[in-house]
Amino acid sequence: MKKTVRVKYFAILREQRGIGEEQVSTGASTAGELYEELRGRHGFTLAAGRLRVAVNDEFVAWTSALREGDALVFIPPVAGG
Amino acid sequence: MDFTLTDVPIEPKALLAGMDNPGAGACVTFEGRVRDTNDGRGVTALDYEAYGPLAEKEGARIMAEAGEKFRILGARCVHRTGSLALGDLAVWVAVTAAHRDAAFAACRYIIDEAKARVPIWKKEHYTGGAAEWVNCATRGTADGGAVK
Repeated sequence: MKKTVRVKYFAILREQRGIGEEQVSTGASTAGELYEELRGRHGFTLAAGRLRVAVNDEFVAWTSALREGDALVFIPPVAGG
Repeated sequence: MDFTLTDVPIEPKALLAGMDNPGAGACVTFEGRVRDTNDGRGVTALDYEAYGPLAEKEGARIMAEAGEKFRILGARCVHRTGSLALGDLAVWVAVTAAHRDAAFAACRYIIDEAKARVPIWKKEHYTGGAAEWVNCATRGTADGGAVK
């Protein structure tokens, strides 16, 4: 069954996607499946293994189940300081 | 113990004023500034972008950890977002403690953990006009940035 989730993009992913945020209707059941789906659609250069993922402003495992209305952020390698 | 993001210049003097403590025999501060080279390339400017809500949560966790691991009295970390010029303050850390060992160690812990864990990204602009997100290359840096 399809769910609608909100995805926010930062840094290199925002530039590669061309927008900062979008609603996505997806059949993916986990955060990891959703990233692969979006990577295939938008050509993101970073493999999931180099990213982390957050749902509703908390880090979660790639295997965590997606729920209707979740807000996801895929987190490229950080570089503060 | 607080961690904040700011899109305006960091003012260490004003930030330190709130950390006065008669029991603090030591105050260690660290200033991370925009440098003109990285990895052998000339850098002309930096842009910082943060995932605000999670950056502040993860930053707060790091400050709390520092408070548990070291005998300190106060700690504060501020990180910039937005466009910065050479020499600008990108990140500032201050720690007060009764003695210097704890203050140095906690300051080091906070800056190291912040760089490794807080969702903040840096885009470098190079002499010649190219620009890249640091640590996000997918070719030529498969070693993850190891020292060559």
